[in-house]
Amino acid sequence: MKRLSPFNITALTLGFAFLYLPMILLVIYSFNSSKLVTVWAGFSTKWYGELLRDEAFLNAAWVTIKVAVISSTFATVLGTMAAYVLVNSGRFFGRTLFSGMIYAPLVMPEVITGLSLLLLFIGIGLDRGVLTIVLAHTTFSMCYVSVVVSSRLVSFDRSLEEAALDLGCNRFDAFRLVTLPIIAPAVISGWLLAFTLSLDDLVIASFVSGPSSTTLPIKIWSAVRLGVSPEINALSTLMIGIVTIGVITASLISKRSSIRAQKDAQAAERTA
Amino acid sequence: MSIPVFAPWNDPQEKPLIRFKNVTKRFGDFVAIDDLTQDIYAQEFFALLGPSGCGKTTMMRMLAGFEKVTEGTIELAGQDIADVPPNQRAVNMMFQSYALFPHLSVYENIAFGLRRDKLAKDEIDTRVAEMLKLTRLEKFARRKPHQISGGQRQRVALARSLAKAPKLLLLDEPLGALDKKLRQDTQFELMDIQETTGTTFVIVTHDQEEAMTVASRVAVMDEGRIIQVATPDGIYEAPNSVYVADFIGDVNIIKGTAKAAGKDKYYVDWGVNQAPIVANSDRPFTEGQDCFLAIRPEKISITKDKPEEAENAVQGEVLDIAYLGNLSTYHVKLPDGQIIKAQTANTRRLSRRDITWEDKVWVRWTTTAGVLLEH
Repeated sequence: MKRLSPFNITALTLGFAFLYLPMILLVIYSFNSSKLVTVWAGFSTKWYGELLRDEAFLNAAWVTIKVAVISSTFATVLGTMAAYVLVNSGRFFGRTLFSGMIYAPLVMPEVITGLSLLLLFIGIGLDRGVLTIVLAHTTFSMCYVSVVVSSRLVSFDRSLEEAALDLGCNRFDAFRLVTLPIIAPAVISGWLLAFTLSLDDLVIASFVSGPSSTTLPIKIWSAVRLGVSPEINALSTLMIGIVTIGVITASLISKRSSIRAQKDAQAAERTA
Repeated sequence: MSIPVFAPWNDPQEKPLIRFKNVTKRFGDFVAIDDLTQDIYAQEFFALLGPSGCGKTTMMRMLAGFEKVTEGTIELAGQDIADVPPNQRAVNMMFQSYALFPHLSVYENIAFGLRRDKLAKDEIDTRVAEMLKLTRLEKFARRKPHQISGGQRQRVALARSLAKAPKLLLLDEPLGALDKKLRQDTQFELMDIQETTGTTFVIVTHDQEEAMTVASRVAVMDEGRIIQVATPDGIYEAPNSVYVADFIGDVNIIKGTAKAAGKDKYYVDWGVNQAPIVANSDRPFTEGQDCFLAIRPEKISITKDKPEEAENAVQGEVLDIAYLGNLSTYHVKLPDGQIIKAQTANTRRLSRRDITWEDKVWVRWTTTAGVLLEH
């Protein structure tokens, strides 16, 4: 192990402090027994209990999760399809235009996406609610999925799919039995990306949500405008916890499988 | 009693398994295959040989169904296969990259095609076991492709493509990824398997040694056309053009003009102040026609003394010696600057051989040693 120089230690500390100090503060104050957010009055978990009794928050959490699961699933299906066509179809008229257009929502200001969707929903007379949020989230997270999946598909060996066709698959079976299992990690991370995007979206959701369908970010935002309460700290801490566990699990799984692959390859070389 | 020679291409009664009829394939403006007509017979081991970009892979991909024919027809067992999709052709392909499915075990890879045919489980088991035995992979059935070596992967790919007992097996540079020693062993294994299964093999390769070793016939291709189709010895000993002679093995090409010298015999005027070369040729040449004499280096002998009664003998100076162990190739510079390569087997130890650099030597060859070519 290389020893760290004082400069490196300083840089590291400052960097991590910059990233995590606000979150650490938030976590600490979520265990504050005082109602005043900035005054420490002793350890307590009462705000977590309050949170669990707060119908409005629980409702919002439920809506958020429902929206995130449904919209990220749709986005994954559509985004994977789009990526597959754009990577595999070779040259056709307007290909550059299409592939540019699928990435445009990445750089489009969310306000504009939200506004245009709102106008569309009003135009076609769709009542704002869970459905409209799902549609809106599907629309904007689909292009992220398509970016993730197409970067995997570019390095995908086309001859694998040809081999499947050659061995008697039709196009759909070849995709289902060969391509999809191989690109599955990219599809899953695309889904996770879409899921988190949907979880923390405030701007678009606030345009297209209705009175009965408040998502958690909207709820937090509106609650904070009335003053920060420790309850929100507790909620945020829970969210940080969930995300952290997710990230750590994912990285452990991928690390373990890469170690196993490496061991297998070495074993194969020895027996050869 | 003599064993009948396998040569269905000489039998006019024999029906070819594959017929290319005036096949043209264009990619945009680029002509990949140019009006090609060729028959391939059942149980043949047919090699398509040529430099990269000559159209050999395109020919194979048209047989597999991955490329559509622009003009002309391809028939498989008498049927036009233009509209038959790849998954319904009795043709299987072994890919250059092997294209093994990384998420499936060796067993599942081999069973993949059989499962698509909805065979019963025990039927699949039997067939896969048969294939594993044929390719000596029984021990590795449960492994994943990344858990076996390159040579084993090659055999899995072969077993997988043979599992459905195709009428025709296409092999795209099947041994390209193996090292030389393993490649040579595998060549013989391929020939054995081809013989055991009686499947028709079409192999694409750029390695002429490989084509010569495994194939019953070799087609030498260039720029979308087949230049010559013949048995390996036919290609080597009787090339039909300078291109083929030059592509296969090492050759000396002497350019000159032909002059009749009796029945099937010609004088070749080839250099100032040089006696004309005498060469036999079945191919007729007119008086004064340009011609090329192609002679393999091993058919030229080299001596220090002027040979008595040689049909063709030229004096020159040793410029270079390439010592290959079993063989030595002498590069002899003639007075007009041309270089003739002469090869001898090193049947004696090095110390006993007397020709060295800058020696004046004589090279000689018989009238039948070379082939007289028009172009």
